[in-house]
Amino acid sequence: MELLLAVVAGVLYGTGFYLMLRRRLAQLIIGLGLLSNGTNILIFAAAGVTRGQPPLVGGAGVTAASLADPVPQSLILTAIVIGFGVLAFSLVLSHRVQASVGSDDIDAIGPAPSVHIGETATSDS
Amino acid sequence: MLLAFPILLPLLTAIVLQLLPHRPKLLRLVAFAGALGILIAAIVILVRVESRGIQVLQIGSWPAPFGITLVADLFSALLLLMVGILGSVITGHSFSGVDPRREAFGYHALIHVLLMGVAGAFLTGDIFNLYVWFEVMLIASFVLMSLHRTRPQLQGALTYVGLNLLASAFLLTAIGLLYGQAGTLNFADLARAWPERRTAALDATLSMLFLTAFGIKAGLFPLFFWLPASYHTPPAAVGALLAGLLTKVGVYAMIRVFTLLFPDPSGRMYALVLVLSVTTMVVGLIGAIGQGDFRRVLSFNLVGHIGFTTIGLALGTPAALAASMLYMLHHMLVITSLFLISGWFLRQRRTTELSALGGLYRTQPGVALLAMVPIFSLAGVPPLSGFIGKLAVITAALSGEHYWVAAIALSVSLLTVLSMGRLWDAAFWKPAPTPSAPRLRPAIIAPVGALVVLTLVLTVFAGPAFDLSKRAAVQLLNVDAYVRAVMGNRG
Repeated sequence: MELLLAVVAGVLYGTGFYLMLRRRLAQLIIGLGLLSNGTNILIFAAAGVTRGQPPLVGGAGVTAASLADPVPQSLILTAIVIGFGVLAFSLVLSHRVQASVGSDDIDAIGPAPSVHIGETATSDS
Repeated sequence: MLLAFPILLPLLTAIVLQLLPHRPKLLRLVAFAGALGILIAAIVILVRVESRGIQVLQIGSWPAPFGITLVADLFSALLLLMVGILGSVITGHSFSGVDPRREAFGYHALIHVLLMGVAGAFLTGDIFNLYVWFEVMLIASFVLMSLHRTRPQLQGALTYVGLNLLASAFLLTAIGLLYGQAGTLNFADLARAWPERRTAALDATLSMLFLTAFGIKAGLFPLFFWLPASYHTPPAAVGALLAGLLTKVGVYAMIRVFTLLFPDPSGRMYALVLVLSVTTMVVGLIGAIGQGDFRRVLSFNLVGHIGFTTIGLALGTPAALAASMLYMLHHMLVITSLFLISGWFLRQRRTTELSALGGLYRTQPGVALLAMVPIFSLAGVPPLSGFIGKLAVITAALSGEHYWVAAIALSVSLLTVLSMGRLWDAAFWKPAPTPSAPRLRPAIIAPVGALVVLTLVLTVFAGPAFDLSKRAAVQLLNVDAYVRAVMGNRG
């Protein structure tokens, strides 16, 4: 099970980094999403997987050692929530960038020039 | 309970700000009052830590390592004080006017969320909690950067967001692997358990992951390129806050994690940090020379001087760490005031491109002289605080027999003088290309004035400040005392 999770995490990291190195904004965002999911699985695999036992809920004859560790699960839950929020923000941001520049090619977007106040803000789209 | 105030106060202020009716004067006043509250709490914490040693708060009375712990040692308390000072100055700066569209979309509340994130990162005693505070502060800064949605701001924000999210992914990966091996997330518990559980391979992997994650956030070479690509785009007050606080959180986290987890200063990793710090200084300041925009010159200077604040960690001696801390305090004050000064030009000339600036010394000599203090302090002109900080760093390098580091730090100082001299000439001294520019009003000068006064205070009281940072450095290197303070008798 750990091996499977490790391979999945590796594939997600690999595809995530590959997509982040591509030139289109959408690929950058998807890459970020894959990367954060890869991290979640990595946390799960690194902390060790306990099969068939929930965390915290014990019964007769269940020792603490045989229960699943609740900490990695709560870490992942937190990371998923944060990752979701961040992903939503990056989607909106990249949509705005695309609307403002008129392209989703990172090379066409280019580096930020000096600011001149009085320039019109991008119109709502 | 005291330790929770710097986190709870900005949170409450942010909530109140969102609920209040939209009256700019009221919002600005509440935001300023909230920031002053953080400042007062920070001063009380510093005094308490100074008199009674490391302060610990176990949230919800869960004993460490089961709950989340807040810890304030001298290093944290000093940086918390800077959060209070810079927060007050930046919220005070908004009395000189904020873009109405930003103000309508929660500008003040976001500033407070950012301050909360930074204060949380400085106070937490739990590495996953550190990650969460990083995210709080990043989200607030993302929104602050992109609120107005002009094209340069969006372009800058995209670079900033992408690279910082990558850093967060690295940090989270490192935390996951660390937990897998150590089985705990509490800093003190980690410092206690890690030496028994560490393996050479995992040690190398983790130190590299942490170095990459914090290196991106701090702006170390070769990971700093997002910084000069984005810090010149937000409004002056936001840029000042990001420049003054956020990169320093990266440096703080690096120092905290490395001193607790990898306390062996002879390790190869520290040699790498030393090489990276020195390269950061050289590359940052060479980069600054070729720039044609006031704020891009500052951004490269910001990067370059980050090197001075990580050298202490790399050399690992108490004297070097203390020198870096003193430098950090000075740099936070000075770089914030310089970014606020760039706001003067945005107000006057509507741009910070050096070719469009000039003549301020002729029209308002008093104001120009005020700006001279941070400019020459960053350049390291004696007797200002920058000179004292650089002297301390170079002395520490010499006494550690790292002569080449001292030599490079000295030549980099020369480069800073060059780049600051150029800034002074282009923005203040040379005749203005367009003659008519509105005079600067006191409201926009006062925040810089306050920071200049503090820079001068740091200059005059450099002796006591250096003593304080020496004690902070000794405390930082005494891992056992930290573990005992947090874990109590079970340590």
